[in-house]
Amino acid sequence: MLDYVWLIPFFPLVGFLINGLLGKKIKNEAVIGAIGTLAIFSSFIVSCMVLLEMIGLSPENRVFEKVVFPWIHSGNFKADMAFLVDPLSCVMIMVVTGVGSLIHLYSIGYMHGEEGFYRFFAYLNLFCMSMLLLVLGGNMLVMFIGWEGVGLCSYLLIGYYFHKKSAGDAAKKAFVMNRVGDFGFLIGLFTLYWWLGSNHNIWTINFTEIKAASHLLPYGGVVTIATLCFFVGATGKSAQIPLFTWLPDAMEGPTPVSALIHAATMVTAGVYMIGRMSFVFIKSPETMMVIAVVGAATAIFAATIGTAQNDIKRVLAYSTVSQLGFMFLAMGVGAFGAGIFHLMTHAFFKACLFLGSGSVIHAMHHALHKGHLHDDAQDMRNMGGLRKAMPITFLTFLVSTIAISGIPGFSGFFSKDEILWQAFANPYHGNLNYFLWATGAIAACFTAFYMFRLVFMTFFGECRINSKVKEHLHESPLVITIPLMVLGFLALIGGYIGMPKLMGMLPNYFEHWLDPVFELATEYGAAYAHHGEHSSHALEWGLMFGSVVIAVIGIGIAATMYTKNSTLPKRFTDAFPSLHRAVYNKWYIDELYDFAFVNPCKSFGQFLWKGFDVLVIDGVVNGVAGVVMGFSGIFRYMQSGLISNYAWSMAFGVVVMLGYYVFK
Amino acid sequence: MSNLLSLTTFLPILGVLLLLFIPKDSKGTLRNVALATTVVTFIVSLPIMFGFQSNAEFQFVENIPWISAGPFVMRYFVGIDGISLWLVILTTFIMPIAVLSTYTAVEEKVKEYMILLLLLETGMLGAFISLDMFLFYIFWEVMLIPMYFMIGIWGGKNRIYAAVKFFIYTMVGSLLMLVALIYLYFKGVEAGFTNFGLLQFFNLQLPLATQVWLFLAFALAFAIKVPMFPLHTWLPDAHTEAPTAGSVILAAILLKMGTYGYVRFAIPLFPEAAHKFAPLIATLAVIGIIYAALVAMVQEDVKKLVAYSSVAHLGFVMLGVFAFNVEGITGGLLQMINHGVSTGALFLIVGFIYERRHTRLITDFGGLSKQMPIFATIFMIVTFSSIGLPGTNGFVGEFLVLIGAFESELRWWTIIASSGVILSAVYMLWMFQRVMFGELDNPKNQKLADLNAREIVIMVPLIVMIFVMGIYPKPFIDKMDPAIKKLVSQVRPLSMSAQKMSEAQPSLPSGHTGIEMPAGHPGMSPETDSHAAPVANPHEAK
Amino acid sequence: MENLNGYLIISAILFSIGTIGVLTRKNAIVIFMCVEMMLNAVNLTFVALSRHLGNLDGQVFVFFVMTVAAAEAAVGLALMIAFYNNKESIDVDDVNLMKW
Repeated sequence: MLDYVWLIPFFPLVGFLINGLLGKKIKNEAVIGAIGTLAIFSSFIVSCMVLLEMIGLSPENRVFEKVVFPWIHSGNFKADMAFLVDPLSCVMIMVVTGVGSLIHLYSIGYMHGEEGFYRFFAYLNLFCMSMLLLVLGGNMLVMFIGWEGVGLCSYLLIGYYFHKKSAGDAAKKAFVMNRVGDFGFLIGLFTLYWWLGSNHNIWTINFTEIKAASHLLPYGGVVTIATLCFFVGATGKSAQIPLFTWLPDAMEGPTPVSALIHAATMVTAGVYMIGRMSFVFIKSPETMMVIAVVGAATAIFAATIGTAQNDIKRVLAYSTVSQLGFMFLAMGVGAFGAGIFHLMTHAFFKACLFLGSGSVIHAMHHALHKGHLHDDAQDMRNMGGLRKAMPITFLTFLVSTIAISGIPGFSGFFSKDEILWQAFANPYHGNLNYFLWATGAIAACFTAFYMFRLVFMTFFGECRINSKVKEHLHESPLVITIPLMVLGFLALIGGYIGMPKLMGMLPNYFEHWLDPVFELATEYGAAYAHHGEHSSHALEWGLMFGSVVIAVIGIGIAATMYTKNSTLPKRFTDAFPSLHRAVYNKWYIDELYDFAFVNPCKSFGQFLWKGFDVLVIDGVVNGVAGVVMGFSGIFRYMQSGLISNYAWSMAFGVVVMLGYYVFK
Repeated sequence: MSNLLSLTTFLPILGVLLLLFIPKDSKGTLRNVALATTVVTFIVSLPIMFGFQSNAEFQFVENIPWISAGPFVMRYFVGIDGISLWLVILTTFIMPIAVLSTYTAVEEKVKEYMILLLLLETGMLGAFISLDMFLFYIFWEVMLIPMYFMIGIWGGKNRIYAAVKFFIYTMVGSLLMLVALIYLYFKGVEAGFTNFGLLQFFNLQLPLATQVWLFLAFALAFAIKVPMFPLHTWLPDAHTEAPTAGSVILAAILLKMGTYGYVRFAIPLFPEAAHKFAPLIATLAVIGIIYAALVAMVQEDVKKLVAYSSVAHLGFVMLGVFAFNVEGITGGLLQMINHGVSTGALFLIVGFIYERRHTRLITDFGGLSKQMPIFATIFMIVTFSSIGLPGTNGFVGEFLVLIGAFESELRWWTIIASSGVILSAVYMLWMFQRVMFGELDNPKNQKLADLNAREIVIMVPLIVMIFVMGIYPKPFIDKMDPAIKKLVSQVRPLSMSAQKMSEAQPSLPSGHTGIEMPAGHPGMSPETDSHAAPVANPHEAK
Repeated sequence: MENLNGYLIISAILFSIGTIGVLTRKNAIVIFMCVEMMLNAVNLTFVALSRHLGNLDGQVFVFFVMTVAAAEAAVGLALMIAFYNNKESIDVDDVNLMKW
């Protein structure tokens, strides 16, 4: 089956071509939806078979490369359309195709009746293809196709409602910010390629070949530069500081898009990329530190913003940024397995949360539409008490919220706790560890707070929607709730495959599975790791208990503020008006970027055009022409047009010339 | 068929003769005959592509006596190698598309227009296949005249200014080149050459000082044509004023003359001077990339924006070519073809909306996606190709250029140039958003018709090429590879490579730009160990 | 041939008369005739020197000059008629359209 791994991205491609080219003619939503969903579901089946086959192999043989066709060969440079199957890409293809299939199914219900239904499914399939290329790519360039391809699809899908200016703006912003990241990725690629090539004559961008040659890479130095560049790429794709502002805006896209692209898959590409090249990243202690710090900072920074948003999807968006911060924190402290683990559990519960919010929005929209009201269907201030009308949505949403908050027994707990523990106990960052842990823990507290705030505002309390339309609120159809239930279930139990050793009930299957991928990194890391003073079981239990307490505190605050005493939030915002305004306006980061980059670029462009191009360059050009014309304006009077004048001057010239020769 | 090249080149002239006998009122016939001529030319050129052997030799060579005047001996000496092959094919490929695009756009003086188009085709093809320097010069000038008239007669409001500017800019450069050419010829005569045949001059060992002057003269002529910053200002004017077909040809093919000139003439003729000026030219190229992108960003006229984007794209080509390694030059050549396809397509697109609305101001549009879905799809594909999205042609060329330049001594230039990929996304997407997205609020746009069958037929081949070259560029690279390898071995001056070879330990070659990564890793020139020894020049004087 | 000088002197006189005529007269036909006179003065020189040097080249040239002169007459007169049809004058001072 491994030989047919190319089928995995191929099916969505077929789906894209059919829906994209013929969708307009097909018209029938059921057919279009079925084609799109079947395409990705077929990939899921193939992925399962690949996974099973990989499990059947012994751990050290779990690497398989498949060259589909030669792509760019020129001089030293060689890049094939090659796929790499190893435990890491197996996890990713399972997540992408699995969650992807569910979201496709969901979209059939959610997008029902939308103009351009076929377009949506075509883009969705194209996205899945790109994402699968990204995770299966056997070299950096194939990864880069996927990398940019998902950016393109994100652009297309965010801009799906292209008639809205905000959607167009958001789409462009997402693409451009991703491009900034891509710039970093490219430079990183060039640096690594050039250094290995010119120093060791290994001209390659192939992951397995780089891995084989990675012992030649120095610690720090050029590797720091290359990995920092790669990390810039990761911050763009995965919405980390400083390139995170596009993700909240990306919520302009339809909700399934937010679930698939901006929660479960695309935004995790940066994490995946670091995992894929862990053996390079670990060789630069500086980069690892930067990643950890940026991850932790993003986790807390986005979490603070999440506490003050009223748009249900925006809360989830900031939550995603924050959770991605956790993943980067894990990567930065060398806990690659934990990062990928959190990536997976996050895919489950965050996809479930987004789809659940979609279900809510769908119901709200429907109800408001029935009542001919134009209230915002996404504003939580209009919601409340929805748990009675939408029990399935509520239940799955609650499960996922508990999971993300890190309550023991749910998937998020296992992964997040592992990350926090590693942040504290990792051997790489010395005293920075305390700071990393503390930041992560506070962010976790915020997470619990804003997520439960969301749940309380949406599902509990009084129903604040206009009473006229209350009776129109009802649960979404099965095609929407089935994916919710599946994802909710996964959010509940998905963590048990990666139970910490400490608890000892189950072996940590997940880490063992990924061990062959990351063991080289651990080996390299040992060179500068200082092992430690603080890694006792008691401490681990203690910290675990601590993080649970923190989560419960967060929930408790949310419960006090948003269920019992509803004046508390208002009193709080009145007490700190400027703080609230700053948080509500996302710390004015967008404005800062506009001020620092966007506007200067525009005015500099204006200056170069009107000032330099038109005035200076064309001024010189036209000036030369002007001088020539000025002189000719004088000399032209010699052309009197009278033949006798010409004849006289000719005769005069002849006489002068003859005179010169005769009398010289 | 040994005279396939001549047949391809002069078929359009045959078409011109045919057109002369058609009354000027039967516009339909005129258009169809012109189209048929270009299509036949394209078909005739196909055997060239398929019959081309992947080796470094010049093929389909014809070499017959032509003019012999005193010391000046010019021969009709033509042939192609992997470098010119694709440009010839690009020309014959673009021309039918350009002719087809004029069916409704040009209603006045159709006969003259078609005749000029066909003359232009002969000029361009001739310049790409000439291996006699004088013959090249003749064709170089032949191209200029029809384009001048096309802008000057069928152009927009400001056409006379644009046409004269175009003409004088180009003329200044080409006259300097002519002087240099004649000087070079006499140098050749001193060395025992008897004609203008190009290949023998590659062996001419000129002193560096002479090379510098000659290189500057050639480089200026070609830099104007490319165009490189700061000699680019004729381009936006020419493009905005030219009729659609004129813009398409100008962007797709004429600009390639400049970069082709570097690859075929300036660099292999004067390799040491080329090395000496590489940092300067790379600097100008990089300035061009960033500068043009910034200026493009604030344009109000779609066509001007596309024109400036051309300047940026050709900056990439120049950067790749002056990397002097296989990757860079391959990337540069691919980028030349890509730019021909993508920017040609962009100008056609601009032409489509201009024909419908008679305006090109971005602010006059908005929300066209709703009214013109097919157009929107095509426009989007072309936009992303121009941005260089992986999977489209733009990416392969741009990537090879950057990686080639990064490997060479132009590392820092590459880093700055790479930021051009961000800016290109900014200006293209911003333009796309303002034209295609948003509300369809301008009442004049609400009745716009989507593309008709003819327009779709025009665009489909270009779209196909965008994807073919993006997904499977191997055939293109394979055919040009041997010629590029030979070029790379030519442009490494013997003295310099000998010096490099003698340096046993990897250290930075002295006398060069001296760029190194800050981490302090020895930046041994990558070419040294990859492409073995400097190959002695295999050309024989004909 | 001892009287070569005589031929040359006559030729020079004829040429000078012609030149002065061209420079001073306004009537196009007169100017035209003066040009013819100059041409024939040169012809005379050619023939004389040809005879003097015993070389036929000069005589060959005379034929050329005569042919050109004939062609010139045809074209020139045609121009003058066309001009007269337009302006009703053959005064060269009226032919002044080709100025700045």
